[in-house]
Amino acid sequence: MKINPRRLLLHIVCVIPALWLFWQIWLWYNFASHELTANPIEYITDFTGDWTIRFLLLTLAITPLARLTKIKSPKYRRAIGLYAFFYGLLHFLNYMVLDYFFDWPLILEDIFKRPAITFGMLAFTMLIPLAVTSIKFIIKKMAANWQKLHRLIYLITVFAVVHNYMMVKADVLIPVIHAMILFGLLGVRVFLSFKKRKRAMKNI
Amino acid sequence: MLIKTKNAWDISENNVTSEKDYFSRRDFIKAAGLIGAGTAASLSMPGSALSQEKLKTLANEFDGRDIQDEQTDARAILNYNNFYEFGMDKDDPAKNSHTLITEPWTVTVDGHCENRGTFSVEDLIDFNNLQERIYRMRCVEAWSMVIPWVGVSLSEIIKKLKPTSNAKYVYFETLVDKKQMPGQNKGIIKWPYREGLRMDEAMNPLTIMAVGLYGETLSNQNGAPLRLVVPWKYGFKGVKSIVKISFVEKEPNSSWMRLAPHEYGFYANVNPKVPHPRWSQASERRIGDFRRRDTLMYNGYGEMVAHLYDGMDLRRNF
Repeated sequence: MKINPRRLLLHIVCVIPALWLFWQIWLWYNFASHELTANPIEYITDFTGDWTIRFLLLTLAITPLARLTKIKSPKYRRAIGLYAFFYGLLHFLNYMVLDYFFDWPLILEDIFKRPAITFGMLAFTMLIPLAVTSIKFIIKKMAANWQKLHRLIYLITVFAVVHNYMMVKADVLIPVIHAMILFGLLGVRVFLSFKKRKRAMKNI
Repeated sequence: MLIKTKNAWDISENNVTSEKDYFSRRDFIKAAGLIGAGTAASLSMPGSALSQEKLKTLANEFDGRDIQDEQTDARAILNYNNFYEFGMDKDDPAKNSHTLITEPWTVTVDGHCENRGTFSVEDLIDFNNLQERIYRMRCVEAWSMVIPWVGVSLSEIIKKLKPTSNAKYVYFETLVDKKQMPGQNKGIIKWPYREGLRMDEAMNPLTIMAVGLYGETLSNQNGAPLRLVVPWKYGFKGVKSIVKISFVEKEPNSSWMRLAPHEYGFYANVNPKVPHPRWSQASERRIGDFRRRDTLMYNGYGEMVAHLYDGMDLRRNF
């Protein structure tokens, strides 16, 4: 297998936040000074949540960017989408293991009674089938259904941003920026599909 | 439960932080600061612990011997703060609060009381009568600390100001000064930060006006020079850097009530059975601990304060 240097670089960049986090957790575990504040678990929650949303937005940005730069087939979208799942998984595991340590009554109460958590859980749950069906062999097998299933990414990102907005205590600036980027990206898509339809009409 | 019948002879040996501990802690903090790593670095900044004055405290019935929980590391208390006047991140107050000038400091007293006017910190606080009070502090965000405050009972200050019978509530305001408090350039909260207590809550012996922490003058990020501490309520009731005290007839609107009235009420008593709309209040993480622990009703101070709320619906008066 040939190693594509660009792809390698992409992977290195995408794992840097996680590697940094693991390094800091290692320092914390060893009672060394670290950057995770006096409340490391909450810091890990925010950190992994923010990176999940960044990768989700980036995944949605690939296609419009490719169109604008006239690149035919958008590259690396699958890889970046899988990183969104990876950071989402860390976020989820942090909540289940470090934060609540499998305290099921509290976790279930959170999921069913608190809409902010419900949105987050739904977003993560929907990400699982997308990650699983990102294996090349399955993509080929699913053919047209793959595209249909993977349209879930829009709903997932909307839910993730709503979750982000609802979890913040007072300063909603960051979630609002996330929402604005999301609206922008969805807007571009509506615009592009509108243009495509218009062109198709002309050709009739 | 805090109060315990005590013998006169065990006063001094139960003094919370011994001189030796105190100095070794200072050395430890200093060493950590010199290493310059992350959280500890800001301790060497002006206005924080290293430049603080040692305060003399008297023994008292609330000296915290009954708190079995370990005191929270001073570095955490100094570097993990919610004080939006200096920024939104937990470490912002430690980084940015050096701009606060706490000397001279004046407090305006008005409303239904005899001694209205402008007072200095020394007018209000009897520095020969300071007490160390080790209290649990439960933040509404579900983390907690055990903090050795230094201060006086708020009731002592209130008695000096002589409220009239019309005074049903005490209202407090934090300083507003965008130069000294750069976080106020952001309109997160409609400044000043406002808080209040019902008169009987304010007169409860547990309620203190803190001027110190870990035996030293209060550092800026913890609300210097005057900060309210009400240990059975969520931490946000502890209004910091107070410049105004008013005695009022009607229940004041606190900053958090204004910001999100369905999420934060006037009473804000710690109550594991009344969840915040967005998260559970049944458990908390003590800073320094790995696992969560159960949150106690009235933060464990029920025997001293539960009677204040007899007959009240705590779900409605949250």
